[in-house]
Amino acid sequence: MSAIIILLITSISVAALFLVAFIWSVKSGQYDDEISPPMRMLLDDTTNKSSHT
Amino acid sequence: MAFSTNTKTALRCFHCGDTCINTKIIVAEKNFCCEGCKMVYEILNQTGMCSYYDLNNTPGAAQKHTFRPDKFSFLDDAAIAQSIISFKDEHQIHVTFYLPQMHCSSCLWLIENLHKLEPAVVSSHVNFERKEAAIIFNYQYCSLRKVAELLTRIGYEPCISYSDMGKQKPRINGSKIYRLGVAGFCFANIMLLSFPEYLGIDSKEKSLMMLFRYVNVLLSLPVFFYSAGEFYKSAWQAIKQKFVNIDAPIVLAIWVTFFRSLYEIFTSTGGGYLDSMSGIVFFMLAGRVLQEKKKKKLSFERDYTSYFPVAVTKVNESDLTTVALPDIQLGDTLKIYDQELIPADAILTRGNALIDYSFVTGESVPVTKEMGEIIYAGGKQLGGTIELLVIKEVAQGYLTSLWNKDAFKDDPINDRSFVHAISYWFTWAVFIIAFLAGLYWYFANSAIMWNAVTAVLIVACPCALLLSNTFTNASVLRIFSNNKFYLKNASVIEKLAAADTLVFDKTGTLTTRAYQTVVYEGKPLTSAIKQKIGTLASQSSHPLSSAIENWAGVLPGNPVIAFEQIPGSGIEGMVEDDLITLGSSLFVRGKNDINMNIGAAVYVAVEGVYLGYFKLKNQYRASIPDMLKRLTARFKLLVISGDNDNERSYLRQLLGPSADLYFNQQPADKLTVIEAIQKMGSKTVMLGDGLNDAGALKQAHVGIAITDDTNNFTPASDAILDASKLALLEQFIQLAKANKVIVVTAFIISIIYNLIGLSFAVQGLLSPMIAAILMPISSISILLISFGFTNLIAKRLSL
Repeated sequence: MSAIIILLITSISVAALFLVAFIWSVKSGQYDDEISPPMRMLLDDTTNKSSHT
Repeated sequence: MAFSTNTKTALRCFHCGDTCINTKIIVAEKNFCCEGCKMVYEILNQTGMCSYYDLNNTPGAAQKHTFRPDKFSFLDDAAIAQSIISFKDEHQIHVTFYLPQMHCSSCLWLIENLHKLEPAVVSSHVNFERKEAAIIFNYQYCSLRKVAELLTRIGYEPCISYSDMGKQKPRINGSKIYRLGVAGFCFANIMLLSFPEYLGIDSKEKSLMMLFRYVNVLLSLPVFFYSAGEFYKSAWQAIKQKFVNIDAPIVLAIWVTFFRSLYEIFTSTGGGYLDSMSGIVFFMLAGRVLQEKKKKKLSFERDYTSYFPVAVTKVNESDLTTVALPDIQLGDTLKIYDQELIPADAILTRGNALIDYSFVTGESVPVTKEMGEIIYAGGKQLGGTIELLVIKEVAQGYLTSLWNKDAFKDDPINDRSFVHAISYWFTWAVFIIAFLAGLYWYFANSAIMWNAVTAVLIVACPCALLLSNTFTNASVLRIFSNNKFYLKNASVIEKLAAADTLVFDKTGTLTTRAYQTVVYEGKPLTSAIKQKIGTLASQSSHPLSSAIENWAGVLPGNPVIAFEQIPGSGIEGMVEDDLITLGSSLFVRGKNDINMNIGAAVYVAVEGVYLGYFKLKNQYRASIPDMLKRLTARFKLLVISGDNDNERSYLRQLLGPSADLYFNQQPADKLTVIEAIQKMGSKTVMLGDGLNDAGALKQAHVGIAITDDTNNFTPASDAILDASKLALLEQFIQLAKANKVIVVTAFIISIIYNLIGLSFAVQGLLSPMIAAILMPISSISILLISFGFTNLIAKRLSL
């Protein structure tokens, strides 16, 4: 039974981690522009690594 | 490289891909169509940025317009600059520019590598969907003006409009998506933890079962208090307006489910229905999010401020200053340069005015204005520099007053969808059933009375209706936008379905703006002369010249010498030893034509001998005549045109005797016509393209802005339609009509599920197991029905 409780805690915290990741990805604007990232990754020597605003 | 061989045959510009008329602009064995394109290449070549040209062939935009060196001098004005930048500290300025020329991965690469061209640029980040670049630069080494000028030099002129001033960029409201994420997380976990109970957990493990139940309660709290907040808000807003919308019974069902579940769990009488509750909240939120998803680059709310520049040049007694638009006062003298917009109604005091009113009227042929004439705001000056005396402030101009009419306030009652009416009656029916079931059990077995009443309220929540409505709407909107028809929001679908009257603007809507039909009348032209005329016409960017160029063809090479353009009059030049003159009657023949009723005409003379004239007409868009003929059977049709009635007989023949045709209509007249037919109870759809239609577009039940390029500015409207898809209008309306049928069908099917559930509920037999199975099955079948049917009908309509 204690094994189930540990599993329960683990599963919910893993799921919560993904929830946080999802909220962060929306907040950081990853869905604002769905066209340029696929282009950007095909461009060579895009040295522009500064933070996205 | 592949395209260096291409240039030998077709001689295309290495930068923009246009045909090179002048073959002498060559750098490093590469041909360019104009000095502007060559200059961009040289800038990029010097800094070793030529991979711009490797990523895509001819990635640039034509640079035929030269830019006035002090065009961006207004950015040196601290107050104006402050209103445009988004952030400033001791070192850096953050600014976002709208760059309409951006169109390919080369553009993206170049703009994100701006720091190689200008070391003061710290970073530049492109948002391709919005065509914006967020630029951070160090302002101790570089000014805002210099950044704007740099972008202009490499071919990406920032478009800075009056509406950018002092306004924070609207951020997309992500709160619904957060609510959806939280609801999804809680729903999945609650469902997982409810399974053991459904599958019959061993009674020996009672403590484990209780643990699962309590964890479920904890997980349901965020759904109840946070995710479902969306429905509380909307229900409360409607109730404040003394209206019960569909969200009110849904809130009731959520509350009843939640509190009954809490009661069951804490009294250890059952497991509750928390999985159903969080599931339905999740699905309903998903429907709303899908329905509200739209193209970010489109704007349905543009007003005149998006068209106007931020600042113009003001002429003082001794010098020139830049003045921000709101600071323009009566009696100011403004200097308007080539390609600039006139911001306020004014009188022409100096220079040759050739005003392009295509923004305002949809008419592409520029108008010549004499000294002392009034020029209305919204026109664009072509050719030389002019000076104007302001007679009305910006906010009171003719164009702006059209916009600020009070009639345009949205009427919330008209916006109410039929689903609210259905849900209203549905809710009453549910209340009555709940009451009767309660009454019955009160006498039969009062112990399970509350059980039965709450079960009825839970099962019969109109969430199926909301689900079918939002998912069908989302699906219809998606099909529309695949066909380049973009709606402002889902309520437009229903208004479109109700339409019985279609009102068209003529120029720019039924006809194209460009590619005019050219008819020549006069002495016969040899094909050699014809081509020479075309070659001369190709030197000018005037729309009539381009039409003649397309009609006549161009000689290879560029054999034009002594080319001269006289703004407002015409052009002249030597083409292979022939002096050719093109232009107005006064310019070519030295007198005005007596027959003034021929519309737009260009007169031609060779070696000073008058030959004849070209009559230019706007061409009807392909397949439009067919579409109009089909529509006459189903709708009342009107054409409201700002033009003269040259086309009356043709349109009459096309639209039949029942159609109403109005010509010579001012923008305000168009609005009045729409108002008049609305008073007779018609539901009108207005289709127009120019600012002159803006009033009518807002007044009509559905205003559809027609545009040749969805990146262009369009007047405020309910929908934006790409001109190439205008012929599909009838199909769009049919799909909009089908939308209602599909929603109702899906709802009826879900009612069948509800009836099965209800039959258990009124007997007091609804086990959590059955509720837990019914809920997802009914939700998923609604999704399948709405997506399947909309796609099926769209396919039949060949959308």
